[in-house]
Amino acid sequence: MSYKIEIEDLNAWFGKKQVLQNITMKIKENVVTAIIGPSGCGKTTLIRCLNRMHEITPRARVTGRVLLDGEDIYGEGVDPVTVRRRIGMVFQKPNPFPMMSIYDNAAAGLKLNGISDKRRLDEMVEKSLKAAHLWDEVKAELGKSGASLSGGQQQRLCIARALAIEPEVLLMDEPTSALDPTAATKIEQLIRVLIEDYTVIIVTHNMQQAARVSDHTAFLYLGKLVEYGPTKDIFENPRSELTEKYITGEFG
Amino acid sequence: MRSYTFRKMKDRIMVSLAYMALVVALIPLASILAETILRGLPAMNLSFFFEEIPPLGEPGGGIGPAIQGTLIVVALASVIGIPIGVFSGVYLAEFRQTRIATIVRFLNDVMTSVPSIVLGILGWALIVVAIGWSVLAGGVALAIMMIPIVTRTTEEAIKLVPMTIREAAIALGVPRWKTTMTVVLSSAKRGIATGILLSIARISGETAPLLLTILGSRFWFGGFTQPTAALPLAIFNFSQSPYYTYRAWGASLVLIFIILLINITVRYATREKYG
Repeated sequence: MSYKIEIEDLNAWFGKKQVLQNITMKIKENVVTAIIGPSGCGKTTLIRCLNRMHEITPRARVTGRVLLDGEDIYGEGVDPVTVRRRIGMVFQKPNPFPMMSIYDNAAAGLKLNGISDKRRLDEMVEKSLKAAHLWDEVKAELGKSGASLSGGQQQRLCIARALAIEPEVLLMDEPTSALDPTAATKIEQLIRVLIEDYTVIIVTHNMQQAARVSDHTAFLYLGKLVEYGPTKDIFENPRSELTEKYITGEFG
Repeated sequence: MRSYTFRKMKDRIMVSLAYMALVVALIPLASILAETILRGLPAMNLSFFFEEIPPLGEPGGGIGPAIQGTLIVVALASVIGIPIGVFSGVYLAEFRQTRIATIVRFLNDVMTSVPSIVLGILGWALIVVAIGWSVLAGGVALAIMMIPIVTRTTEEAIKLVPMTIREAAIALGVPRWKTTMTVVLSSAKRGIATGILLSIARISGETAPLLLTILGSRFWFGGFTQPTAALPLAIFNFSQSPYYTYRAWGASLVLIFIILLINITVRYATREKYG
């Protein structure tokens, strides 16, 4: 199996505060990789470094290399915009564009990147809404506001929006933390289906969720990668004492 | 128990004070409206709207050129002022921490409080001296007046757009500038429209800068390099007339009505699609 993303010696700062220290890890293709750890350990920063979203925060800084299919996304002359088209992202709080309809939300990435062919848009909207398991619930009312949907539906709409530009990797930043358990279960099931076509990296503070949904798990603590391996090993046989303490709920 | 009654009483007093303040604030507003309508209505008839302005002290005629002139000068000012104001506001909001933004913001606030007569002199010095009393000079003077208002309200409206909305677009591989011009601007359009409205309402009633730029006229619009009539000037001139002051009230009523109409139109055009 090949590696989709290779992170090499990644460091990240907000101003003077270093939030990630010498992270090195290789992420496999078509699997779910979970990143767990207590609040403030740098989970979110880590995935925001993978699609160059970290640097849009004022005074934020990154060093190190992130290879996508062997090519450094921080390399010279690499446009962050093209990186973000290949690596999609779903955020913690559902954030559909409030002034757009369901259809326009799903089509937003394509439309804003200049695609206006109606047939192509229709096709991609349907495909991505189906992939996000939302199509059957909204197909009769695509003209309604994206904000009129329930929280769980909104989050699936955001997943559809991210999928419509056909990325290779999907980053998910605690995608179910703002949702009720039923909606969360739907998203988790969806993630397992998505890895047939995508590589998924999910940040979660919910260890049960990491255990249910992921193939590999990385445990982050205070900006350092403590342990990384198959999810089963991490949860049943952690090598590090810190990991064991965290997953047994002693802290965090 | 005593403290509960006391608290309740305090609550009632404060609510009634707030209520009274509201009534006091509404009295001048309502009385101006009532007075204008009562005194202005007798002037209303078809020829009042469509005929040229009579010489001072003579009967008949109307305020046709003044309505036309106001609409043209305000439209010209808007065409110049709105794009400059909106883009400046976008700049201030999106690059809010840069040094130049801080300086521009400060100067902009100073501009808001420059007396309008000074802007009239500016319009006079810039354009009237070169090409004479003209619609163009009036449009520029009023545009300079509306720019700081539009800039400030645009900046505030854009700052209210949540960061999550921007990030959603940026994460879709939309370039930063395009994110601002599409997603951010359309999220902020109501606030921006309100600012534009405020500024239009403000400049429509301005008299001082117009006195020094478009001069006033009794006749219909004759080109952008010619003097023209405007409602505030007509109101001023009519009120100087020994007779027929009802025309001043009539013109005031028309001016208020035009501002109201612009207000309603813009509100309707920028209403939330999904309210």
